[in-house]
Amino acid sequence: MDVTMVVNGQPRRVAVEPRDSLGDALRDGLGLTGTNLGCEHGVCGSCTVVVDGVALRSCLLLAVQCDGSSVRTVEGLAEGGPAGKRLSPLQEAFSAEHALQCGFCTPGFLILLDQALADDPELDRHEQALDELLAANLCRCTGYVGIRRALVRAARSLRGDPAVGEDAPR
Amino acid sequence: MKLPAVDHVAVTCADEAVSRLAEAGGAGAVLAGGQSLLLEMRYGRARPGVLVDVNRAADLFGTSHGDGELRLRALTRHVVLERGVVADPLGRLLARAAAFVAHPPIRARGTFAGSLAWAHPASEWCALSRALDARITVRGPAGERQVSAAAWFRGPHVTSRAPDELVTEVALPLLGAGTGVGFAEHRRTSASFAMAAVGCAVRMADGRVTGARIGLANAADVPLRAEQAETLLLGTDGSAAAVAAAAEAAAAGADPVGEPHCSAQYRRHALGVLVQRALTEAFADADRTAPLGQEPAWM
Repeated sequence: MDVTMVVNGQPRRVAVEPRDSLGDALRDGLGLTGTNLGCEHGVCGSCTVVVDGVALRSCLLLAVQCDGSSVRTVEGLAEGGPAGKRLSPLQEAFSAEHALQCGFCTPGFLILLDQALADDPELDRHEQALDELLAANLCRCTGYVGIRRALVRAARSLRGDPAVGEDAPR
Repeated sequence: MKLPAVDHVAVTCADEAVSRLAEAGGAGAVLAGGQSLLLEMRYGRARPGVLVDVNRAADLFGTSHGDGELRLRALTRHVVLERGVVADPLGRLLARAAAFVAHPPIRARGTFAGSLAWAHPASEWCALSRALDARITVRGPAGERQVSAAAWFRGPHVTSRAPDELVTEVALPLLGAGTGVGFAEHRRTSASFAMAAVGCAVRMADGRVTGARIGLANAADVPLRAEQAETLLLGTDGSAAAVAAAAEAAAAGADPVGEPHCSAQYRRHALGVLVQRALTEAFADADRTAPLGQEPAWM
């Protein structure tokens, strides 16, 4: 059956079986392989995408359930046209703060934190909420410190606060 | 693992879901949040023939309160409770417990009623429902019936719901101003299920405990209410000694199951510690000075 979704602002139609997860449909049906499927049982968070404004596990959601929905994936973060894409402030911050090593978990963290910053632009000041959020996804390389710093940097940058140097006390 | 082949029907109201479940003749499964069901299907432990998807059933959304109770329609997602659903100590207790339910993206999708239907012994919601004697409304081909939490849980993943029945609503008693609440949980990692968890509510009048409810998760193959411990607390001053005696009774009354990471003996010990922590929190939370007014119905 066909499912119609708005993916990263573009209307897309994809043929799926009922058993296909949203993650499968994005990767295999639409070629959007930025979303990584890791554990496929809701634990690792690598497959996180935003559906109708809510960050969800795309492995625990069927594609057929998303008919008519608006979906945002990591491919939708960089700004500008295909000719000259510019990284989003959060992506820039991930690079500046060394918030990734192997990169497998990165799309999930980016989309999770991007939506969280949209919901709460002062997330960096709400430490407990930020801890909870970072615990939602698994990163086995960085130890989370870089990811946390990247979130703080992005939040400040988005608010227009003075920039922080990498070695500045935080 | 990829999901096994399955049919999917999206319904727009509860009655349609009931008809579809009847048509499926036992091969149907209700797809609400799906955060456990789809996972179990991936493991091959659940193999329904058809998923009856209720996420577009408008009459299964929403919460309301009045007449001494909070009513949660079946598609009330965990996050609604995490944000505080009612200005009553019950709202505080639900928010405290919600923080222990998986993590934010799962809480944005999974449902309270779904947890009760799934009936995992480690479930925080099942333990609280048992402690507060929730009333579960199910709708089947013959109409609606209501089941108390005491009669609901029959075993791990087994409830008194028939395969052609749909949970439509869960009602919990409002705890009343002045009631103190507490919740404590122990788990191996932040992504783990509860090794054991305890939720409780206590009420004081004139320096004496007049009401106590204690629910235990993973203390047996079903959620337990520590009734003996509750009785021990009544009439005491809620001091550390009274709490310790109640904790000992709750642990002794539990029937924990051992597993590789947690022997039955260890789990029983942990339960005692958690009861102590949850009760201590609840007694600190109870407002001893507030005019208590009419006694709430749960006492």
